[in-house]
Amino acid sequence: MQHDDSAALVACLPRLRRYARALLGARDEADDLVQDTMARGWDKLSSWRRGTDMRAWLFGIMHNLHVDRLRSAPPPAAPIEDALPLAAPAGDAAAGRLALRDLDSALRQLPPEQREVLLLVALEELRYEEVAAALDIPLGTVMSRLSRGRERLRLLMEGQPLPSPLKVIK
Amino acid sequence: MNAPVTEAELQAWVDARLPPARRAAVDAYLARHPDQAARLAAYRAQNADLRALFDPVLDEAVPPALAAVPRAPQPGRWPLPLRLAAMLALMLGGGAGGWLLRGAAAPALQVADNAAALPRRAALAHAVYTPEVRHPVEVGADQQAHLVAWLSKRLGAPLKPPQLDKLGYALEGGRLLPGQSGPVAQFMYRDGNGVRLTLYVSTEQTHNRDTAFRFAQEGEVGVFYWIDGRFGYALSGDLDKTALATLANAVYAQLEPN
Repeated sequence: MQHDDSAALVACLPRLRRYARALLGARDEADDLVQDTMARGWDKLSSWRRGTDMRAWLFGIMHNLHVDRLRSAPPPAAPIEDALPLAAPAGDAAAGRLALRDLDSALRQLPPEQREVLLLVALEELRYEEVAAALDIPLGTVMSRLSRGRERLRLLMEGQPLPSPLKVIK
Repeated sequence: MNAPVTEAELQAWVDARLPPARRAAVDAYLARHPDQAARLAAYRAQNADLRALFDPVLDEAVPPALAAVPRAPQPGRWPLPLRLAAMLALMLGGGAGGWLLRGAAAPALQVADNAAALPRRAALAHAVYTPEVRHPVEVGADQQAHLVAWLSKRLGAPLKPPQLDKLGYALEGGRLLPGQSGPVAQFMYRDGNGVRLTLYVSTEQTHNRDTAFRFAQEGEVGVFYWIDGRFGYALSGDLDKTALATLANAVYAQLEPN
């Protein structure tokens, strides 16, 4: 039923928002992306193949929109509010929360394509094949991005030097 | 102990997605390589930390705007594509068919951006000014010479309001409005019952493609519009399509240069 599809679409919202927040960091920006994704989702709802995971389908739509945005307006290399937590002094009772904030900052420093794969696997628990389909990349690419993203995140969290330069200026 | 363990298998181990047949081999490998075991343990911790960090978003109230279900014909949260689609359907369907006054219809897409903006702007101007009781027009029909001279000067083209008295609509007057890139004129007409019509005239049709008559329904307001050189005309009213078409024909006939 058309109605059931619509309900299923709305039911995906919380997880779309969680993923967008993890992907982009800033809440407003993330909700903008979710909104565009929903709009496209409503438009293309008839092209969704029933029996497949609707979330994976929506993540694919979101990925395409996200790539379009990156292309049209490259974001600043390091937003100030994201850089601040790293500079905050560590070592008090809230060390656990601080570590999570560090994780957020470190996540921002991953290349977008590694961040996407890592989040779809680790946070959204999509199967590797679903990630490959959503991002329209080969399975081998999913696995190598996952591997590199995890290792880079680990090194960032441990404060170790990274294998390659993080940011390219200009 | 048969096939060597791959990096992809180690990643799958982290996510507990390793096929059962390979678990023993990977476990044995990790027992022999504590550095690799430590690396994978860190990755598993990442998975848990990422969920701890972002799971709270799941419990946030979803902003109502995101959950709004768009109703197909109603301009809602995403009005433009829907409305354009509806208009296009009208243009491609029977809407334009009977009203080809000029030879072949210009290719619809070529004039789409400009031509699509015309009825929308005209309908908006119609909706804004027709309810006005005291100031429906800037210059009244009683000063017709002034009205003609003024609007002609501002639009940079000779402009004469068509007369629709024979069809029951008297000219009330006109006003100047901002268009997309310059001034546009709006003439207002009124019948004996107070029903108003507006004729919107723009001179900013840069495509210079003539079009046939087209009809667009913008909410309550029906709009017949056409493009003639750099002129765009749009006749708007809360009338049925047939009545509006008759009036549009009369307007067109009077504007036709000799």
